[in-house]
Amino acid sequence: MNPIIKAENLSFSYPGDEESKPVKALRGVSFEIPEGSFTAILGHNGSGKSTLAKLLCMVNLPDSGRLWVAGREITAPDATERDILEARRDVGMVFQNPDNQIVATIVEEDVAFGCENLGIPPAEIRERVDAALAAVGMSEYARKQTYNLSGGQKQRVAIAGTIAMNRRCVIFDESTAMLDPMGRREVMDIIAKLNREQGVTVLLITHHMNEAAAADRIIVMNQGQIYLDGSPREVFGKPAAMWAAGLDVPQTTELAYKLRQKGLDVPLYLFDAESCAEAVAEAVRRRSGKSAGGGKTGS
Amino acid sequence: MNAIELKNVTFTYGKHMPGAVPALDDVSIQVKSGGITGLIGHTGSGKSTLVQMLNGLLKPDSGTVLLDGIDIWAEPKKIREVRFKAGLVMQYPEYQLFAETAAEDIAFGPRNMGLEGEELDRRVREAARFAGLSEEILGKSPFDLSGGQKRRVALAGVIAMSPKILILDEPAAGLDPEGRRDILGGVKRFSRESGTTVLIVSHSMEDMAMYCDDVIVMAHAKILMHRPTAEVFSRAEELAAVGLDVPLITRVAAALRKNGVDIGLDVYTVDYAADKILGML
Amino acid sequence: MKSDITFGQYVGGDSLIHRLDPRVKILIALVYIVVIFLAKSVTAFALLTAAAAVFVLMTGIPPRLFFRAMRPLIFIIVFTAVINIFFMRGEHLLFEFHFIRVYREGIVNAFLIVLRILLLIVATSVFMTYTTTPLALTDALEQLLNPLKKLHVPVHEFSMMMTIALRFIPTLIDETQKIINAQTARGADFTSGGLLKRGRALIPILIPLFISAFRRADELATAMECRCYTGGEGRTRMNSLKSEPKDWVFFSTILLLGAAVVCLNLFFPVAAVKL
Repeated sequence: MNPIIKAENLSFSYPGDEESKPVKALRGVSFEIPEGSFTAILGHNGSGKSTLAKLLCMVNLPDSGRLWVAGREITAPDATERDILEARRDVGMVFQNPDNQIVATIVEEDVAFGCENLGIPPAEIRERVDAALAAVGMSEYARKQTYNLSGGQKQRVAIAGTIAMNRRCVIFDESTAMLDPMGRREVMDIIAKLNREQGVTVLLITHHMNEAAAADRIIVMNQGQIYLDGSPREVFGKPAAMWAAGLDVPQTTELAYKLRQKGLDVPLYLFDAESCAEAVAEAVRRRSGKSAGGGKTGS
Repeated sequence: MNAIELKNVTFTYGKHMPGAVPALDDVSIQVKSGGITGLIGHTGSGKSTLVQMLNGLLKPDSGTVLLDGIDIWAEPKKIREVRFKAGLVMQYPEYQLFAETAAEDIAFGPRNMGLEGEELDRRVREAARFAGLSEEILGKSPFDLSGGQKRRVALAGVIAMSPKILILDEPAAGLDPEGRRDILGGVKRFSRESGTTVLIVSHSMEDMAMYCDDVIVMAHAKILMHRPTAEVFSRAEELAAVGLDVPLITRVAAALRKNGVDIGLDVYTVDYAADKILGML
Repeated sequence: MKSDITFGQYVGGDSLIHRLDPRVKILIALVYIVVIFLAKSVTAFALLTAAAAVFVLMTGIPPRLFFRAMRPLIFIIVFTAVINIFFMRGEHLLFEFHFIRVYREGIVNAFLIVLRILLLIVATSVFMTYTTTPLALTDALEQLLNPLKKLHVPVHEFSMMMTIALRFIPTLIDETQKIINAQTARGADFTSGGLLKRGRALIPILIPLFISAFRRADELATAMECRCYTGGEGRTRMNSLKSEPKDWVFFSTILLLGAAVVCLNLFFPVAAVKL
């Protein structure tokens, strides 16, 4: 399958001023994102992951390296504003602060904003907006004021806006960071549905290891470079490397890691409570079976 | 003596409007001196209102708020003194920074208390130390700092007022794991070394588990429970019923029991769980 | 605490006037205002006042709200009346005291000018502010001014600015309250001291507020860009305004009213000053 995003050796620096030197935020980053995949990008603050997001949605252009977005090379010498605009029809972004990306006072008008910019005929916008609001479960709020919504609802409105534009890829730049647990769950459910049911490519930038564990693939950024890249199983399979990069692993992985150090054979890649508990119970039984000849040990 | 005591406090926003629902409904709590208490609850449970009650930003419709046994509204004119006594670090406090240097910003609170000269300087330095801010950062403009550093400057600004009670509303919201550890670790160090009573409002059960001695759970404008941390987490089902999440490790403990390995339900840190499991071998 | 903030003085409702096309409402208000200024004879004023009363009743909005709309202008009304009563010279002297001379013309003129102002307020409230949301008014204005785009007047940009301002006002009000709370919690005192001290006390509020507003503006601009916003060109609207026959029926009524006023001026010229 063709990658929807392809990066080759991307570098980017923030210009310095009299007091500070230029900051090298990205140093030669290369990867491909296959269409329809679900990738999480992890990294501590300042690791370069937000800079990367800004390049991918073409807010900034790389200093060097090549970038293809939805089949167009944005960094080609003859690339124009027009190419960027075309690429943006296919790749969108949902930002961290729900308040600062909503343009309109009324929910459905905000969802329509992107489609209006594309010059889609009014009747079709209406259909798309209604469908998008239904997809994020916000139909009953269509005529409500955006201001009164909860953080999670605002992010769902923002997602509806990208759904209405029929985008092939959506980048979530810490879109759950400012939400409460309930809002975070709402938004994560919708992101997963978007990927699974509509085949939209998802790039999820996050601090939450549990959210990253839901992805097909995790890219870990550190000091402007790709530090780890693999399935959650592979990435969280190296807890020591994650801790060294200032990151966490899911608690199930941490538990398994501690038990393994004492010779208890529990896999590192079980990310939900049920399967982790089953594996731990199994390992405990096997071990006590060997040493004590079976039977439950009291606590 | 209780550092914080609320007696039958009720408060309603816009109480004259028809259909107004109380944000605090006959709330009574007692928080002992010197510990770190967590306050959790779903959005709209009343916890932010409660916090604003404690330093007099809001006044109860009925009931009393006592700090160190003294009714804070006994003399309404002296409410400013209450604000120095109960330091409040609001949500996303980095957005309140305004001064030319981080040190100047930290000095804002103590200066309002009338401090100056060496004493002011000493306060600023000590607060910066608790917040993990270096000398170099103190001289910089707060707007040139990273998100985590700004947050710690704001924290230092309240610590510098030497409050008897330090209240933090979502201190770690939006920070990465390292940033969370920096700020919450600083708070814990401050509390242990200075004996200051701390109240942390948070959505993160993981943070509550790591840093708090006891936890108050709020739901629908009332107190649901106020118990030592371990006990609160052993009542996972009640928490889930009011829309709260328990840490993943607590759910692992519950699932382990179903699988015939009982390490108890009061599990909320990975280390404790690992020790318990290994202890059974 | 979040509250349902509505701007301007929009009063919800479902009356015929509420449901008119906002563009037509703006036109109606304009015509009505012109007619108010055309009126010269007492009969014409009587007709206009009666019409205004009918419109107020049609909106279904309690009449006391319209009096409330007049309150902020009370000073101007009183001032105009006083100027006219005491300084207008005429033929029929009614009252003299030292240098103060009150003529009948002055009193009549004052009465008519005040009536004009009141009718103006009622007209704009009925057709614009009370029955149309600020957002609908902005949209309508953009479409009405569309022809000006040919003259390179940035009509779309102005309307987008208005829309964004309306969207962000409640957010910034919230933000201001939060910053005030935060600085109050750090012992800031906004209520005591002289003017200079109070002015200085505002710095810890204004600086964070400005910085935050700029940050929001910056993020919003990026977000709009990512949503393919490139200005007004080639843009469509989901809810394009549609005018229906009822809009034009209502508009015709207003034109008829105007014609009636002109006729009354011509054929029943009971000029005010002759009373």
